[in-house]
Amino acid sequence: MDTATISLHETTNHSHDHDHSHDHHELSFVQKYIFSTDHKVIARQFLFVALFFLLVGGFMAMLIRWQLAYPGEAIPLIGKFLPDTLVAGGAIQPNFYAQLLSMHGTIMIFLVIIPLAVGAFGNQCIPLMIGTDDMALPKLNMYSFWLVPPAGMLVCAGFFVEGGSAAAGWTSYPTLAALADKGQTLWLVGMFLVGFSSIMGAVNYITTILNKRAKGMTMFRMPLTVWALFITAILITLGTPVLAAAISMQFMDQFLHTSFFVPSHLVHAKGALYSGGGQPILWQHLFWFYSHPAVYIMILPTMGIVSDVLSTFSRKPIFGYKAMIFAIMGIAFLGFIVWGHHMFQSGMNPLLGTTFMLSTIVIAVPSAIKIFNWLGTIWRGNIKFATANLNALAFIATFVIGGLSGIFMASAPVDIYIHDTYFIVAHIHYVLFGGSLFGIFAGIYYWFPKMFGKMLNESWGRKHFYWSFAFFNLTFYPMHILGVGGHMRRVYDPYVYDFLKHFQPMNQFITISAFILGASQLILIFNILWSLKYGRNAPRNPWRANTLDWAAPAKPGHGNFDKDITVYRGPYEYSHPDRKLDYWPQWEAPEVVGDENKSQVSSLSHGGH
Amino acid sequence: MSAGLSLAHEPVSGVPHGKLAMWIFLASEIMFFSGFFGAFIVLRNSNLEVFSHSAAELNKWLALLNTAVLIGSSLTMALSILNLQRGNKKNFQLFLGLTIVCGFIFLIVKTIEYTSKFNHVDPVFPHGIFPWSNVFFAFYFTMTGFHALHVILGLIPMIYMLSKSFTKQGYNKPVKLETLGLYWHFVDLVWIFLFPILYLIFPSHH
Repeated sequence: MDTATISLHETTNHSHDHDHSHDHHELSFVQKYIFSTDHKVIARQFLFVALFFLLVGGFMAMLIRWQLAYPGEAIPLIGKFLPDTLVAGGAIQPNFYAQLLSMHGTIMIFLVIIPLAVGAFGNQCIPLMIGTDDMALPKLNMYSFWLVPPAGMLVCAGFFVEGGSAAAGWTSYPTLAALADKGQTLWLVGMFLVGFSSIMGAVNYITTILNKRAKGMTMFRMPLTVWALFITAILITLGTPVLAAAISMQFMDQFLHTSFFVPSHLVHAKGALYSGGGQPILWQHLFWFYSHPAVYIMILPTMGIVSDVLSTFSRKPIFGYKAMIFAIMGIAFLGFIVWGHHMFQSGMNPLLGTTFMLSTIVIAVPSAIKIFNWLGTIWRGNIKFATANLNALAFIATFVIGGLSGIFMASAPVDIYIHDTYFIVAHIHYVLFGGSLFGIFAGIYYWFPKMFGKMLNESWGRKHFYWSFAFFNLTFYPMHILGVGGHMRRVYDPYVYDFLKHFQPMNQFITISAFILGASQLILIFNILWSLKYGRNAPRNPWRANTLDWAAPAKPGHGNFDKDITVYRGPYEYSHPDRKLDYWPQWEAPEVVGDENKSQVSSLSHGGH
Repeated sequence: MSAGLSLAHEPVSGVPHGKLAMWIFLASEIMFFSGFFGAFIVLRNSNLEVFSHSAAELNKWLALLNTAVLIGSSLTMALSILNLQRGNKKNFQLFLGLTIVCGFIFLIVKTIEYTSKFNHVDPVFPHGIFPWSNVFFAFYFTMTGFHALHVILGLIPMIYMLSKSFTKQGYNKPVKLETLGLYWHFVDLVWIFLFPILYLIFPSHH
């Protein structure tokens, strides 16, 4: 019955009509799709730019994997087209390998995960989920997006300058980085712009959430996605500027030969240019003061997304709503006082190392609260295995593995052994790919109908999920074994070391899995393009969810809602015992006692429009 | 937004969007300068000798003048906001104009200071003093440079507002001026920290 109502209404649902009624004059193409101030357009811009960079960064990962499995062998197909500065006889050169590693990390973190998790979903979800027409400062929002493409181009332009792109890792440690060539300078400028974009976005998110909530939308009625983005925005506001300061100093070191991070008595061709007196480890402190909170910037929004998806598809309220919020706050707070755990091996007083170790391990507590609450949410739920939910479930599974391996690294004595090995490569990919990216996939499948007015194809979606999930694990799980076996990360040719020679078959296995994993992502791209053209028109509330975004028309026009919004209840009233329907939207007025039938009908029409 | 809907209602917190955003942005700015101050503390401790004799090269009287100018500009800024709120156009223009003048005096004094450093020649600094001369001057030029950049970025909207106030429609957005005022006071406050750590911390044995 429900579906029938939905399909009846979907054909009459033209977002175009809303556009006309909302705007006094028709916006030009440029105003509407390029320099738009509409948060939903900006969300789509972030989505497409980040997905483009996902392909670029993923392609680099393939090249890295080729080198690790078959070092010195020509790259198939494309090897002969690359210039001699990068390859010799088609095989990757060490300097090119270092550039690939650095750029893969940089692109995936700063141009894929953050723009997707924060940029795309922050913009798409916040105004819709709190029931308002747009961000508090729409123009600032537009500027925030338009800093990202130039930043990405600057960073990638490094490949075309003398000396190649940034090659000092995504962490850009001096003195290597401070003395590096122009590619590194471009990297710094690009990162500064990305950071500035993040800050402008975050300021806007916080202002919007504090100031623009619909009537009745108290803070503790906000969906967890909004809460997570709110806390994330606070992390960005307070963390990113510190990286900006550090980047400025390293830029000065490169460009004006100051010595913030360049020590005295340097034996180097450029040594005479520097007065010395700086401290390389100072960079590490400043860098990780941002970049440890940054891992929570990348995971918290997806935790919010996963909470919403799990609750909707389990048809159950989220277990421990407030505990989830306080856990997010706890993770965010602890995130600011644990940065030193990246530096156990950099030269640190063991006593200080111990405090960082303890504070890091404490993060397991709020993280475990979240995990158990998610399990509590799906426990005995009426679970629907839609693609969005499959990805959300995968998030939990992989995040648990990534979280547990994190505890190994957090323990200073264990870290001494596994530091800078493939163990940490496995860990970071379990939390960033397995965690963040699967969470983002869940978000894409969940909100695609609201973003584009079309349903994503579920069959292709499931194929994308199963291939990704299987080959994600086959790619990254063996890396734990490599790491414990002493396989260094960032190593160009592991097999120059006798003790690593026996790992070549495992590396080849990983590489083949990685190729399949990379190819599986083409299914997602195909699905998005196919569904945009041929996809089923989305109804207003395809998942029968409670949050306000589903009160908006199928493809909301400028101004978002076609009716005033008042919020009557929390976001997770699923399977309420007093109701026949298993959901109870936030915007639906309370029923009049003794008139149950009527209210059921009205909720249906709300849900179906 | 379509007519008849009240989705864009009054700010829930009671603080206008722009002003609230400015407060949040200033929190971010504090962290930005904290990065430099933190680095300054660390490197000062490991280069005490260099920091001591270098700080002695700075002209603390020019800096004192600049401190007075900048604090004065904060006062005139507050007065111009007050006068705009009260609709006192002449005084609003006068005090905003004075604020702009103070901003420019600050930048001119800064230019004089920088130039005298570039042209400074003595046995310790045979080629003049530049950011790359030593770690102290790296901090000096970077921190005061970023601060001066903030002064310039504050002056641009002020000049816009002042020139707009002389046009036919005039300028009547007290909330925007107040928001700019918040920023201006922050820029002032940063200088209040920069002045002592760069110019006034003198070594005991000098």
